[in-house]
Amino acid sequence: MVKKILSVALCAIVLIFIYAPILLLVLYSFDNSTVIDLNKFNFSFDLYKDLFRDEEIMGILFNTIWLALVAAALSTILGTAGAIGIFYSRKKVSKPLQAVSQIPVINAEIVTAISLALLFSMIMLYRTYFSLIIGHMVLCTPFVILSILPKLKQMDSNTYEAALDLGASPTQALFKVVIPQIFTGILSGFMLSVTLSLDDYIVTAFTKPKTFDTISTYVYNAVKNGTNSSTPALRALSAIIFIVMIAVLLALNLRARKPKQEANKR
Amino acid sequence: MMKLHLSRKQLCIPYALFLALFVVIPMLLILFYAFTETVDGKISFTFMNFVNFFTSTAKLSTLLMSFTIAIISTAICLLIGYPVAYILARSHFRKKNVLLMLFILPMWINFVLRITALRELLDLIGLLGTQNYLNTIIGMVYDFLPFMILPLYTTLEKLDNSYLEAASDLGGNKFTVFTKVTFPLSMPGVISGITMVFMPSMTNYVVSDTLGNFNITILGKLINEYFTTYDNWHMGSMISIILLVIIFLTMLATGGFKDSKNDARGANLW
Repeated sequence: MVKKILSVALCAIVLIFIYAPILLLVLYSFDNSTVIDLNKFNFSFDLYKDLFRDEEIMGILFNTIWLALVAAALSTILGTAGAIGIFYSRKKVSKPLQAVSQIPVINAEIVTAISLALLFSMIMLYRTYFSLIIGHMVLCTPFVILSILPKLKQMDSNTYEAALDLGASPTQALFKVVIPQIFTGILSGFMLSVTLSLDDYIVTAFTKPKTFDTISTYVYNAVKNGTNSSTPALRALSAIIFIVMIAVLLALNLRARKPKQEANKR
Repeated sequence: MMKLHLSRKQLCIPYALFLALFVVIPMLLILFYAFTETVDGKISFTFMNFVNFFTSTAKLSTLLMSFTIAIISTAICLLIGYPVAYILARSHFRKKNVLLMLFILPMWINFVLRITALRELLDLIGLLGTQNYLNTIIGMVYDFLPFMILPLYTTLEKLDNSYLEAASDLGGNKFTVFTKVTFPLSMPGVISGITMVFMPSMTNYVVSDTLGNFNITILGKLINEYFTTYDNWHMGSMISIILLVIIFLTMLATGGFKDSKNDARGANLW
């Protein structure tokens, strides 16, 4: 009994630690004062009105989402082809490819960031949209590979051969037999890429064009320049992002644990 | 048949080229920059960057401080994360997946926003600007705790109960069962948790800047400064190499090369 109480207490304390800052920001996004003050609370939607009227922040929000979708789509295409190629290659080829593919996963992000800065400044593409998207692809594609390879291993390899025997061309067999069987892996690779790209600060900071900002770089700079208190609208932005992400993740997760998915995993 | 196999294999060519161009060559460039210097626009080989690093007390103290912050943050994450993962994994609660989800959910929410939210909270309780080191450690734990809990939960959940039953049948008390059976069997999770937390705690300068009020310099920040403020890319590259050696050594020491991140960042989430 004591053990149980202690367990619940520990979990509760950790959850409070995790969610207290988030709750604070969500709560005070409905308060229009510049600085959060626990002693007073002026309920209003002012920050939300300010937020949606702020063209700069709206533009940045749009940039961030646009970048994440483009980078994730490209990473997913490259990674899907890469994973299929790796899966069907001989060990001599696939082993080194997988090892190199792990470098951006294990590496410190700052090292990845400056290595790309060195490359792109050499080929005169430093701080361009090209370097930015490539930077995000370097972060995301290895994770696409990691989400697809297990699905390929689970696949029944006979189905591909059967498709060929029944007269499908290799391309048809690939798109009608292989891709559908690994589709959940492709989808989770894409979603993972979107979240990785949305989350990134360091690689973005080193590869982005000077005038381009994502939410991460904008908020960091606002804190750095001491202007975050002068734009309390950022509280409303954070609150929206927190709530949307938590709702989406919980909904997906409550739905995803159906028996079918469990069976697929085994 | 031969031709068909070739066509499937060839699908990895674009990715192989991508890796060569944007992963391998950039890493080689870091190595090149680390052992060269630019004098009057001319590049020449030198070991001076290496020597300068290890003879500069400022840089060495940054390295030491960074190391200390990372070790403390990792230890706290393990001390909090292990019991939480253990409780979750061994609970008979029917929806423990959802419970786990609550703990690791922050992983997918923009970390700059979360850290800024934590900054507001620390400001309210009067820690901001007065306890820079403490705040940095709190921030590292806040940001990386889910990355410790997830791999630990995964290994503990898979743990075969019959081992634990056998151990207690053979006369082990709860403490012995834990230290001799449960904990050793959960080592893969411990190791991948440590590798997931230690390295970012040495380098994620967004956390130390935002919460340490831009007064704390960790290794990642130092690299950043050599690239942006001091404009000395050679020294920045040398520090990166030193950082990579540290990462390599910690992974070697913990044996973290085997399965490190594969199961960690969300593989089974989306």
